Amino acid sequence: MTQAASVRGDNEEPTSDQRKAACSGPFPPIEVHDLTVAYQTRPVLWDVDLVVPEARLIAVVGPNGAGKTTLLKSIVGLIPASAGWVKIYGKPYREQRHLVAYVPQRASVDWDFPTSVLDVVLMGTYGRLGWFRRPGRAERSLARRCLERLGIADLARRQISELSGGQQQRVFLARALAQDACIYLMDEPFAGVDATTERAIIQLLRQLRDQGRTVLAVHHDLQTIPEYFDWVVLLNLRLIAAGPVAEVFTPANLQRTYGGQLKILTQAADVLLRREEGRP
Amino acid sequence: MTWLPEWVVLEGLAILGATCGAVGSLALLRRQNLLADTLAHAALPGICLAYLITGEKDLPLLLLGAAVSGTLGVWLILAIVQTSRLKQDAALGIVLSTFFALGLLLLTYLQNFPAGNQAGLNTFIYGQVAYLRGDHVRWMLGVGVIVLFLIALLYKEFKLVCFDPEYAQTLGLRRRLLEFLLAMLLVLTVLISLRSVGVVLTVGLLTAPAAAARQWTNRLSAMIVLAAGIGVVCSWIGALWSQNVPLTPAGPAIVLTASVFMLGSLLLAPRRGVLAEWLRQLAHRRKVRLENLLSDFYRLGEIRHVWDRPWSVADLAAVRGLTPDAVRRTLNDLEDAGLAVESDGGWQLTQQGLDEAARIVRMHRLWELYLSRRLDLAADHTHRDAEAMEHVLTPELVAELEAALEHPETDPQGKPIPRGRPLAENHERN
Repeated sequence: MTQAASVRGDNEEPTSDQRKAACSGPFPPIEVHDLTVAYQTRPVLWDVDLVVPEARLIAVVGPNGAGKTTLLKSIVGLIPASAGWVKIYGKPYREQRHLVAYVPQRASVDWDFPTSVLDVVLMGTYGRLGWFRRPGRAERSLARRCLERLGIADLARRQISELSGGQQQRVFLARALAQDACIYLMDEPFAGVDATTERAIIQLLRQLRDQGRTVLAVHHDLQTIPEYFDWVVLLNLRLIAAGPVAEVFTPANLQRTYGGQLKILTQAADVLLRREEGRP
Repeated sequence: MTWLPEWVVLEGLAILGATCGAVGSLALLRRQNLLADTLAHAALPGICLAYLITGEKDLPLLLLGAAVSGTLGVWLILAIVQTSRLKQDAALGIVLSTFFALGLLLLTYLQNFPAGNQAGLNTFIYGQVAYLRGDHVRWMLGVGVIVLFLIALLYKEFKLVCFDPEYAQTLGLRRRLLEFLLAMLLVLTVLISLRSVGVVLTVGLLTAPAAAARQWTNRLSAMIVLAAGIGVVCSWIGALWSQNVPLTPAGPAIVLTASVFMLGSLLLAPRRGVLAEWLRQLAHRRKVRLENLLSDFYRLGEIRHVWDRPWSVADLAAVRGLTPDAVRRTLNDLEDAGLAVESDGGWQLTQQGLDEAARIVRMHRLWELYLSRRLDLAADHTHRDAEAMEHVLTPELVAELEAALEHPETDPQGKPIPRGRPLAENHERN
């Protein structure tokens, strides 16, 4: 694949067959090899190996502090790896960033920022625009189409502080859509949204998958996983298991993810931290 | 007679106010106002040292000293936060006071030199506009134009880095470079304001116009332009004030003017202002009052199974223990809205009023049911909550509630949940 630089700006949506071709290739969308990440010497991910297949809806699951957000952030290079590497379609992220759209947690930004819904969605086109160039008519119409796909075209001119939680999430997803990527990494897209929004989002994620794109989403509601997702990544500081929901989403694996067996690892991390800080 | 500042002074202040407003807007959104304050205070020892070392009182030279010690101060804050257990606010406080103390000490020392006394370094503390010279203004103009040009050129990039820096980074925008540039803009802006506004108060001209502008607009570009405009006006007014009233330093005059603008904006701005918020609350309270009385009409009708007879003020007042006067006031409001009419010595709802009353009671009971089913609250614990919710539920939420509750017929106490206007047959039964 790799030369799949987005053909956009015109008014044509790429057909789903074109998109499938563009998002598939000899290398897997995401390959994580022996990844260890530490915040100020405290390890939050240990030796994670993960190969993510094409065109799947994948849930990242684990208890609080298990490193789910860290995994997403280290895939897009926001957090440097202490050891190991991540490849996107066989190449480092910085060469492939046009193929990846990252959707941060809703609460990570100030929603009182002076800007409109359409402007936030337009931010999805900034990477493609490069330095100095301002979004023009093509970008605007693309942003409007993305809002339409999320059912919030009528909010385009709204100031973002007037949005409900579900609407905020839709705006973030519309911004990611505007990137027209092959891989979507979403941090808790269902957190704090209303039931209607949840249905709208899952429908959108399925569309993306059916177009051959890969979606990796941090998810908390274990009940809905078999219904929503094809694949699941169970994480608790290390990788517990990853694979098709039917094979991997088992009580035994969940017990290993959420159970107390990781105490030793956590304690080891604490000892390490204390030593680094020179405390007893 | 009023003394008007020379044109060159006004020119210098204009570029200063505009730059402070524009850069201050970005700093405000990045919550870097205290950092800017520390930067300004930390500049003082640099100014003194530059004079001490070179013996020159050339403005560019002094500002170079200011830039070095200001940047050193900011770097020290970052170092303290990274290597010690102190949090940023403590680090800011320590660096600010230490550098400023050092600056004051050097200044006192310099003043004991006959030459030092004439260098006019004192003006850097509280600011002075009187002796701004052409060459000073040319410096301010040059730096200010560069700063404003950079903001215009990199508007899109700065906006994204201010709003969502991590996302900017994933897109491949050079986040660190942009953040460094923003910090440099702040340093340059502080530098050109030191001579006129002073190290102590520069933060005021950076913050107040930006905060005032934020109140009037929801667009970043408009906010920047407006803040720049307010900055210019405040600097001019402050300069006039300072020149015409004896013993008024320019810094305090400019900053106090800006504070008046900010205070006015905080109070009066149409949507974000305190006054607007207060009016909204007042309107909501009135709405609650009207809707409560409407639902009281409904409950009276329901208890007695009569829908088209008038009720006395005393009957209505008894429902929730209001005073007759309060009820009468609300009744008059209902009449104005066409929801109730006076008849036969009592009050009766119009058809429209009856619809409205049924709608409110319906929302109240739906919410009660939702609470008791979903949160397992006892039936007698849901009423107060529903009293608040019945006034704020949107039609979409009501539709969603109904679907979630599978279109219920009765509330937790077994009372019917009204669907539209109560039917005439209800009272024919009586």
